[in-house]
Parts: sequence; C-alpha cells; structure tokens
Amino acid sequence: MAPALCAICRTARALIKRPKNHAKLCKGCFITIFEDEIHHTIISSKLFFPGEKVAIGASGGKDSTVLASVLKSLNERHGYGLDLVLLSIDEGIKGYRDDSLETVKRNAQQYDMPLKVVGYDELYGWTMDQVVETIGKKGNCTYCGVFRRQALDRGAKMLGIKHVVTGHNADDVAETVLMNLLRGDLPRLSRSTSIVTGNDSLEVKRSKPLKYSYEKEIVLYAHHKKLDYFSTECIYSPEAFRGSARSLIKQLERVRPSAILDIVRSGEDMARLVPGEKSSSCGGCQGRSSASGAAVAEEDVGGCGSTNGRNPGGEIAAMDKQLRENEEHEGLEIDITKLKLTESDGTRQNRKDKQIPIRGPNGTGKVVGRQVLGTCERCGYMSSQAICQACTLLEGLNKNRPKIQI
Amino acid sequence: MASSVEGPQIPISVDFSGGLEMLFSNQRRHSLSIAANDKDGNPSTIAFLIDHLCKNLMKDPRSELFVLDGHIRPGILVLINDADWELEGEEEYELKAGDNVLFVSTLHGG
Ligand SMILES: [Zn+2]
Ligand SMILES: [Zn+2]
Repeated sequence: MAPALCAICRTARALIKRPKNHAKLCKGCFITIFEDEIHHTIISSKLFFPGEKVAIGASGGKDSTVLASVLKSLNERHGYGLDLVLLSIDEGIKGYRDDSLETVKRNAQQYDMPLKVVGYDELYGWTMDQVVETIGKKGNCTYCGVFRRQALDRGAKMLGIKHVVTGHNADDVAETVLMNLLRGDLPRLSRSTSIVTGNDSLEVKRSKPLKYSYEKEIVLYAHHKKLDYFSTECIYSPEAFRGSARSLIKQLERVRPSAILDIVRSGEDMARLVPGEKSSSCGGCQGRSSASGAAVAEEDVGGCGSTNGRNPGGEIAAMDKQLRENEEHEGLEIDITKLKLTESDGTRQNRKDKQIPIRGPNGTGKVVGRQVLGTCERCGYMSSQAICQACTLLEGLNKNRPKIQI
Repeated sequence: MASSVEGPQIPISVDFSGGLEMLFSNQRRHSLSIAANDKDGNPSTIAFLIDHLCKNLMKDPRSELFVLDGHIRPGILVLINDADWELEGEEEYELKAGDNVLFVSTLHGG
C-alpha cells in the first residue's frame, strides 16, 4: 500500500496513527502535537505558578521519563519558570531498582535536573524484600503502592517542595475509574479522576499532567524521541484485580481506541455527581472545564505501577470472582427513594442543599458528603482514617517482624 | 531449524523492547533470515513472522505475554520500519528484504 502522508504538514510520511482520533501524522508533527496538548492541559488546569519548585516522581520507566522530557521542553519553550527536580523512590527490592536507578541518574544528566533518591528503609524501617520475607508475595503490591505514595510526599517534604507531578496517563486513570466502578466506590472513583489531588491544608499537592495522554502515544513519543528509559516487570506480581482491569482496557482499546479517553471523561462526569467533589477537566477542549479544584485522594494508589498478567486466561475469571464476592457483601444499587425530589408547584427548592446518597466501598449506604480529611495520629500525614494506610500496614508488619538479630 | 523450508530467504531485523526482550534471550535486536514464502507459496507476512518468532526465537515459555488467541497481545505495539503497523496492513503486511519490525510492550512499569 502507498505510504500515507501526514494529515498536518501533508509532506512527510505518516508514521503514527493516533488512537484518539485516527489522525495519521509524521514523526515531527506527532511530537509537536503531543507536547502542545500537554501544554494545553497544564494551562487550562492552572497546574503551576511561575517560580514553583516541582518534583517529578521518577522511576526510570517510560511514563516518568516522558514526563520529565516534556516538562523540560515546555518549561523552556513557554517560560513556565519552574524549578524541576527528579525524585526517585528505592523500594529496596534487590536487583530490581539497580538498573532503573541507573536510568534515572542518566536522565538527571540528560535533562540537567537534580536527583533525590529516598529509600523505604529510611522512611519506614522496611525494605520491600523484608516485607515479602514477612508476609509472602501475595498482596505485597498493596504495601508497595501505599508506601510509594507517601514516599513521594515525604521525599518532597525533605526537599522543601510542595508539588509532586507523576506520570499517570489516561490508561492508568481509565483503569482506576473502571476498578472503582466495578467496586461500586463512587467517592474514590471521583477522586481518581482529578488532575490535582491534595488541598491547601495539606503540605504537598500532586498532579498528573499526562492524565489525557494515551499510554500508546507515550511509548511512541519515547521511541521517536529516542528517550532513555527502562522497562522491567515488577518481580512481585500485581494485584490480580488491577491486572484484570488493565487487560480489559487494552482489549477495549484494540476494538475502539477512543474508549480510553471516553472512560476518563465518563469518570469526570460521574465525579460531578458526588457531593463535595470537584473535578477539573479540559479533555480535548470540550468547554466544560471547571476551576482546578483539588480533590482529596490520599488513597489513590496505583499498585506498584507495573503489570504483567501472567495468566491472562484466568484474569477475567478472577475479576468475576472478585465481583461476585463484592455482590455477596451488599447490593450495590443506589437507593433512589432517598433522593426526595421535592420539587412541587413550581417552588424550586435550593438544589444545592440536596445530597445524592452514594454508597461507600462496601455499600454502607450512608450519605457521603465532603470527605472529612484529617491527619494520621501516628505519622501526621493526611488520612481520612485515624491511622493512615501506611501506618496500619506497618503496625501489622511490625507485629510479625521475625525475632532475629539480638 | 529456523525456516527449514526450501527456497529463497529474506534478511530482516526484529527488535523487542518495553520488557519483551526478556522473552527473547534478553536481546533487543535479532537479525534473521526467514522464508520468502509460506508453505502455500504466498509471500511471508507479519502473521507468518509472529508465528515464526514464537516457534523458533522465543526462549521463554510464557508465550501468552506475546501472543493471545493467535494474535499479538493487546497492549503491544508493532512498528514496521518505524511506522505503526496499523498504517501498513497489520498482520497482512508482506515482508521485504531489509525490513525492520519492532515489537514494543506498553504493559510494563511506568
Ligand atoms: Zn507532519
Ligand atoms: Zn500514618
């Protein structure tokens, strides 16, 4: 077949077919539009202010490497005035981080950014290898993910930085939306769609500038820009449920590429139904963005950021099983009788005062208003519970610490 | 035993990245010769190549990380001479001497 020409410049050969709109683009035009769209997201969400110090959560993987590369380019091109720093977490998995940390070190030189590496051992007193020795391999990605989330905050705090950006992409957000939809957890679904999380009373805010970027385009951008990134499987297997959601997303994308952004936008629309939750969106300039509302997302944990899916045949079955288990706990339908639509005789009541009852993760059925956010009694980090997830996990670990080394 | 079929062979190069190299002896680039035609005498296509790679080049038993239900696993991108294979006819693309085919996984850690 004759090579197609680029839809933008109409001169160079098209090498990329964009998943969101099927546009066929040449390498140069693709790189330009990919960066321009992220710039648009940054500007319309008012993500940064001039002179802001921003830590890029850097794993050496494709997403954070692309994020660092794009932010460096945009910072220079558009004069954001950002002071960018790479922040890496060392989970303490022997051999696993050696190569990726080497990659991050090279990135620090390539992008001329300072690098700070923080270890789980210094933050929590446990390396992931020690966690696995104690609890086994099952469920350890939960630990890894919970610890990593706080690790970025704590690392940023050590550096006196109040803003951490992460490489979460549209596929990641769609995956989280889907998981929370399948769990019937609308409040968390809502938080997961926000581009900025944390709020003014918190010390560190986080944002995801690649929220609308397809994973496929991130990989293609890295390829065509010849970026230096590292890919490995996390040697500890991910949570089966997340792996299933990811496989489902990838299968949907194969049939209908726009599905990923559609899920992200559906998530944003659903978020608007949750009282007290705000969501910012500029998804493809649909003219419905609100102010850059920062939602609370202390539990927006993405496992260990790696997926392998060793037994794809069993994934759907595993998801089925999980769903059945959830159903056994509670019916998940929203109770419409509590909506009390008291609009009579044209007397329009103040709609803002009404709350839609939304069930919590276990279908507890209580009306969820604005989530009350406090701080953890033990470590002082933000938490909606008295004791944060990390401290709860640590408590269990410390109880089980093998009696060794006297 | 690679392509024991009699007849002309064509030289191509195949690259694996994004974690897929682990399935292929941890080696990113492989230079190979494959049969110019399949057993029915039709020009060898990408589908033929994928089958060939599974049978002859993959050293790891976890073939489902590369191929699912006879097709490339969703989430793996295929570039033919740097162009998205969707622009080139996907599995039906007929291989030419000197072609480069890159398989890159999007599924591994970010
Ligand atoms: Zn062009
Ligand atoms: Zn705590």
